[in-house]
Amino acid sequence: MANSRALPAHARLRSGRLGPLWDLFFRFGPLGWSHYIRSHWAGQRLVIAIPFLWLLVFFVVPFLIVLNISFAEWAPLSRPPYEPVLRWLEDGALQVKLVFASYTYLLHEPLYVSAWLYSIKVAAISTLFCLLIGYPMAYAIARSEPSVRNIYLMLIILPFWTSFLLRVYAWIGLLKNDGVINQFLMWLGVIDSPLTMMNTSFAVYIGIVYSYLPFMILPLYSNLEKHDQTLLEAASDLGAGPVRSFLRVTLPLSIPGIVAGSLLVFIPAVGEYVIPSLLGRTDQLMIAKLLADEFFMNRDWPRASAVATVMLLLLIVPIMIFQHFQNKELAAAKK
Amino acid sequence: MKSRRWFQKSALLLGFAFLYIPIIMMIVYSFNNSRLVTVWDAANSPTLAWYGKLFQNDQIMDAAWVSIQIAAMSATAAVILGTLAGLVLARFGPFRGRSLLSGMSTAPLVMPEVITGLSMLLLFVALEQLFEHWFGWSFGRGMITITIAHITFTMAYVTVVVQSRLASFDDSMEEAAMDLGAKPAKVFMKITVPLILPAILSGWLLAFTLSWDDVVIAQFNAGPGSNTLPMVIFSKVRLGVSPEVNALATIMVLIVGAGVVLSALYMRRAEKRRKREEQMAVANG
Amino acid sequence: MTEQRRNDKKLEPWRDPRAEPYIRFENVTKRFGDFTAVNNVSLKIYRGEIFCLLGGSGCGKSTLLRMMAGFESVSGGNIFLDGQDMADIPPYERPVNMMFQSYALFPHMTVEKNVAFGLEQEKLSQSEIASRVSDMLEIVQLGQFAARKPHQLSGGQRQRVALARSLVKRPKLLLLDEPLGALDKKLREHTQFELINIQEQLGVTFIVVTHDQEEAMTLASRIGVMNRGEIVQVGTPTEIYEFPTSKFVADFIGSVNMFEGVLIEDLPDHVRIQSNELGGVVYVDHGISAAPGAVVWAAIRPEKINILRTPPPDVRENCVRGVVKEIAYMGDVSTYLVKIDTDKIVRVTLPNIERLSDDERILWDETVYLTWHSSSPIVISQ
Repeated sequence: MANSRALPAHARLRSGRLGPLWDLFFRFGPLGWSHYIRSHWAGQRLVIAIPFLWLLVFFVVPFLIVLNISFAEWAPLSRPPYEPVLRWLEDGALQVKLVFASYTYLLHEPLYVSAWLYSIKVAAISTLFCLLIGYPMAYAIARSEPSVRNIYLMLIILPFWTSFLLRVYAWIGLLKNDGVINQFLMWLGVIDSPLTMMNTSFAVYIGIVYSYLPFMILPLYSNLEKHDQTLLEAASDLGAGPVRSFLRVTLPLSIPGIVAGSLLVFIPAVGEYVIPSLLGRTDQLMIAKLLADEFFMNRDWPRASAVATVMLLLLIVPIMIFQHFQNKELAAAKK
Repeated sequence: MKSRRWFQKSALLLGFAFLYIPIIMMIVYSFNNSRLVTVWDAANSPTLAWYGKLFQNDQIMDAAWVSIQIAAMSATAAVILGTLAGLVLARFGPFRGRSLLSGMSTAPLVMPEVITGLSMLLLFVALEQLFEHWFGWSFGRGMITITIAHITFTMAYVTVVVQSRLASFDDSMEEAAMDLGAKPAKVFMKITVPLILPAILSGWLLAFTLSWDDVVIAQFNAGPGSNTLPMVIFSKVRLGVSPEVNALATIMVLIVGAGVVLSALYMRRAEKRRKREEQMAVANG
Repeated sequence: MTEQRRNDKKLEPWRDPRAEPYIRFENVTKRFGDFTAVNNVSLKIYRGEIFCLLGGSGCGKSTLLRMMAGFESVSGGNIFLDGQDMADIPPYERPVNMMFQSYALFPHMTVEKNVAFGLEQEKLSQSEIASRVSDMLEIVQLGQFAARKPHQLSGGQRQRVALARSLVKRPKLLLLDEPLGALDKKLREHTQFELINIQEQLGVTFIVVTHDQEEAMTLASRIGVMNRGEIVQVGTPTEIYEFPTSKFVADFIGSVNMFEGVLIEDLPDHVRIQSNELGGVVYVDHGISAAPGAVVWAAIRPEKINILRTPPPDVRENCVRGVVKEIAYMGDVSTYLVKIDTDKIVRVTLPNIERLSDDERILWDETVYLTWHSSSPIVISQ
């Protein structure tokens, strides 16, 4: 009985007109907006299908292709430079040729191993510094007067709207041997000869922290802003000092914000390409740079694809944690 | 208590100094006459020389035009796709494939650019092969492929903005419109879109900025003759600092800064007016 | 007051077996996954009624309303409006309009545009829309606010815009979800009567969902009390209050003292109940349909009990002794909690008709006698 009610006859007809392709994707249970959107308005399938198909074709399928090519054999002289994994033979049989050479190479080659470790180290240290700088700022903004709060937030977001590339570039002028910082320090007399800051890990940390700071501050702020001020008052009423009530009340409550902000910095930082290219060491590459070099310079597409696949596998857990928090945030906004 | 205020104030001051000093230095040095960027040529500065050179630089100007076109096209398409995705995720309740859609639309937010860039490029290569095989004709890589790649990664931002805006109010307004006789498509155009218009606008600007700013994905998907502005800047900057880039950066910062400040002021005034009207309504009610 | 007026007009179609119901719910069930929100509800509502669905939160009343509007599908059963099965009709084609609890006014449209929205979907001429909107705004006394936006209105004004918007399409049926829930108490009382006036003026049938029994009592021609997805009792406000058929209804509507007992005498014109909880016999001057020996409950409303300071002479039934434990002065009435000899607490309310001096007043810890008229107890067997 329930089933016959779920889709009236004419509605089935109408959705049928939109073709079997969408039916393949959306033979689903009850809908929320209202049941008749499903049963009476065939257009909803179109509304779901447009973004769905777009993302499927331009986001999921590309990953499958990357995965596929990562198992191919490198053929430097053919175009494109690899032997296909799947091939239809003359007699109609499907030939599958999986080559693991790229994977074994990038797990054993010292250059790669050190690039992996270095990328994770850079991302982790940068995330930590982002947190150390961003948390006090987010906290101070959340505790400031409502009238100035929006101005502060605007000042946080403003650099984000200006070019990322140019903001990284700005640091070259500051960090160079004859750059502003060295000139200033020498003028002060703190140092005699310029400090080498360009093309060091330090410069990469600065570049990442500088570029990603808004991503750390905004989730932290939106978390800290929601805290009930009376909780702190209750804590101090119960005899907790400011440090203690921060450690026991504010900090534990802000963990979702810390996690969201840290992942928003950490995940892209592992695969950061521009910042290390402009500011980083030349003797120690990050993994994204290796990927690009394999692809553009060596034209070794299978190996580049394997690097991308491994990077994605490494990041899939953080990405899923991030999505979990993101969905929780959206669910909370709904209430 | 007092020490905490002091701590908060200094945290903000140092933080903002960190954020703004590099930008300010860049602006200052754009007026420096010396080619050696970092050495201040006191005798001949400030000067607008680099601004003049910038506008005569055809390579930069052409690239800027390419970038504007790509950013405008991809922002517009990303807003359409992202709004639909946000609407579906916020309003259409559970359906099969919902979690897949939700995952596909938030993953690009954190996806390292090299992965997105590489995978998109490999898709285009595969498509080119297919087209050649089937039609004996192939599209080249260029503005179109960059635009498609940009649409895909910027629509995630639009989706999130629209979805959280929709989540902030319940669907009774849409139900009311439907109850009054409007069909779903009309409800969307007449009620939903006006309600989420601020989110759509900021989503467009966000998508535009991200596209305008992107270098990695563009580099993977560009073809001959489709150099975007960030690609040109990137290749220039890799060879060292260039005063023209300082001038360009200054112009961009000023445009964006003015836009953000003006819109913030406008929103502040609108908010104030609205508050006053609400208070009056309660007082007179 | 309205109840009285309706009786005078003999507007009680539910008493006429030949009357055709306007709205019929037939075995309507709604399940959300494993949860049954509405369970096998059958209901007949007649033209021109104000029918109130009354119940606590989660009792299924709103779901029933949303199924009527078309926002939820029906898992089982049928809904008929004016003889037409509603199952396959989408909400935008139903001759039913709804007033939302949150009002759901469109914030980006003026009052006038809000009210006109429904008419614009009907392809009417601009002049007709304009005149119907302005007529409607006059009815709800918002003529001079036509050009305002919702945020420029007070809560009461918004409520009237929502009402005007849902009535302007002249629906066959108006659904109201907690129509007065967002208003403060004073405004609510005033608006209740305004709502009744408008309903009578336009002759539209109303179904009102509310959790507020006072609201239901004043508005309704009939009330359907809901509990756990089922309709427990349907009746006029008087019937519901004076003759609840179950402990749930007796308890839910107003407050009540409930005494469990055994039927010891069952005659057509009276019954006697021996109650250990009361420590005595309840004599009721009307017959009921239950067998002697059955366990029943005698329910007595607090305002139907009298307090005496001296034992009434020659009375052994409908009388019990106790000690006053609490007195709550509430202005118009005072509530006394009296602990009777069996240790049960009985609630009594007395109107404060006269200003009493201190020694005339009943005091804490005073021994008193509670009596009631033999018509007052309600005998409930479930």
